[in-house]
Amino acid sequence: MSYKTDLPVMLQANPHAPEPFLGLKLWHILPIGLIAIFGPGLAFAQSTNEAQSPLSVLLDWAPLLLKGFAFNLIISFCAMALGTIIGGILGLGQISLLAVTRHSSWFVTQFFRNAPWLVLLFFAMFLLPFEMNVFGFKVPFPDWLKAILGLSLPVMANVSEIVRGAVRSLPSGQWEAAESLAYTRLQTLWLIILPQCIKRMLPPWMNLYSILTMATVLASIVGVNEVMTLTGQALASEGGRPELLAPFYGFILLLFFIYCYPIARFTVWLEKKYAFIT
Amino acid sequence: MSWTPAEPMVSIKNVHKSFGDLHVLKGISLDVMKGDVICIIGPSGSGKSTLIRCVNALNDIQKGSIKVEGIEVNDPKLDKLQLRRKVGMVFQQYNLFPHRTALQNVMMAPVRVLKQDKSIAEETARALIKKVRLEGKEDAYPGELSGGQQQRVAIARSLAMQPDVILFDEVTAALDPETVGEVLETIKDLAEDGMTCILVTHEMGFAREVADHIYFTDRGIIVEHGPPETFFQNAKDSRTKEFLSQIL
Ligand SMILES: Nc1ncnc2c1ncn2[C@@H]1O[C@H](COP(=O)(O)OP(=O)(O)OP(=O)(O)O)[C@@H](O)[C@H]1O
Ligand SMILES: [Mg+2]
Repeated sequence: MSYKTDLPVMLQANPHAPEPFLGLKLWHILPIGLIAIFGPGLAFAQSTNEAQSPLSVLLDWAPLLLKGFAFNLIISFCAMALGTIIGGILGLGQISLLAVTRHSSWFVTQFFRNAPWLVLLFFAMFLLPFEMNVFGFKVPFPDWLKAILGLSLPVMANVSEIVRGAVRSLPSGQWEAAESLAYTRLQTLWLIILPQCIKRMLPPWMNLYSILTMATVLASIVGVNEVMTLTGQALASEGGRPELLAPFYGFILLLFFIYCYPIARFTVWLEKKYAFIT
Repeated sequence: MSWTPAEPMVSIKNVHKSFGDLHVLKGISLDVMKGDVICIIGPSGSGKSTLIRCVNALNDIQKGSIKVEGIEVNDPKLDKLQLRRKVGMVFQQYNLFPHRTALQNVMMAPVRVLKQDKSIAEETARALIKKVRLEGKEDAYPGELSGGQQQRVAIARSLAMQPDVILFDEVTAALDPETVGEVLETIKDLAEDGMTCILVTHEMGFAREVADHIYFTDRGIIVEHGPPETFFQNAKDSRTKEFLSQIL
């Protein structure tokens, strides 16, 4: 059951009885969130009669902001998918028998794991061309696609580390038993090792996804039309009224919270469940 | 390279093995004929596990020669997969695949490695599970079985590959006393069927009963060996005597 890794999320969960999935007390959070958003707005609303109240301004903009948020989610899905595929391969590279593969995979993993996400994003933004020549066709390479590539780099490195950690955490007896049954190394990995690793990898992987989702707002800095960028534009077009700041940014916080909190709970639940079985 | 049953099935000659600076095997030689059951006994750390793990190339050796049906194990060009189809192994910790049922544990390697037809492999696997007296446990996962039951599945799993020789590394050492008997019984059945077995064991009564030959190892060498009757009654070396007096 020892699980060596430096990701804090992979520390052993206390094997107490698993609580039911989503022991969510959402109603706890909602009032607080609502107060945070609308409280200041209401206070201002009473003082300025002729201007539209912050609440109704927010409601006007909400559909656009939600669209922006959906875009954040799309970026997160794509970056996660891409990062998981490449990171999975890189993670297997880290346990390769070939020293060259092992060392270079390790280096790439460590390099991208220890780089600030924002810097990676800038690199992707400014080093990739805005269009590419594919078989003579000019394929545009929009900013959001670059953002996905940029964010998938740290995901890749972290997934690689999750895979390596999970494989290393299996008792060596599993490898030896498979070897003595004349399985090839690839068969051993595919049929014996990885299936047992999936459940060990799931909690840290979901945790990584949460972190990635929250990091998608970094794309606003490089001009992608995601929720933060749109909020900035909305606030500007409302004439930069200061009383709008709290409700607007509070709204974004609430969106992310409602999306990420259940994932975090589900992760905790999974960890407890597997702490039992393994 | 052709091997005939008149020659030893496993021939170990002057084998040396080190882990770094630690010289674990210091010139071991022994022969195992087809159908033989040999037991290796000796104090902890004397290199028993290391020795049998060298036979199926889980450990490599630095010097000497190990031949299994004429295949030289100490050969850089060794086809390990070919060797391991001939040599089965059962471990102290069972090492069943916990995500697969007992039946799947037994039939997986024949299907994937020997490319047997699935239905034939399943039929064989069911027969083997019956042979190790675990009928009805086919669909149980290893976690749902007792230690003794798991070990018997592990034996069936090894048998499913139709090996010519099976290595047993203290297969009863991790078991509750009540379940030791059922596993030893299974191994005895195999021995009676003519399976070639190399056993590392601390079960002296069992060794005396089933072994054709007993080897006593200490600090990386074979101190004394012989058929069970002479070995147990007329041990000559003082280390053997001391070991036997402690364990009997
Ligand atoms: N992979 C390894 N790396 C380094 N040293 C090892 C390794 N495997 C075994 N050894 C050492 O080799 C020596 C012999 O070990 P081995 O497991 O063969 O003994 P054994 O006779 O099987 O003992 P036991 O009865 O306790 O199982 C021990 O000193 C052990 O610490
Ligand atoms: Mg041992």
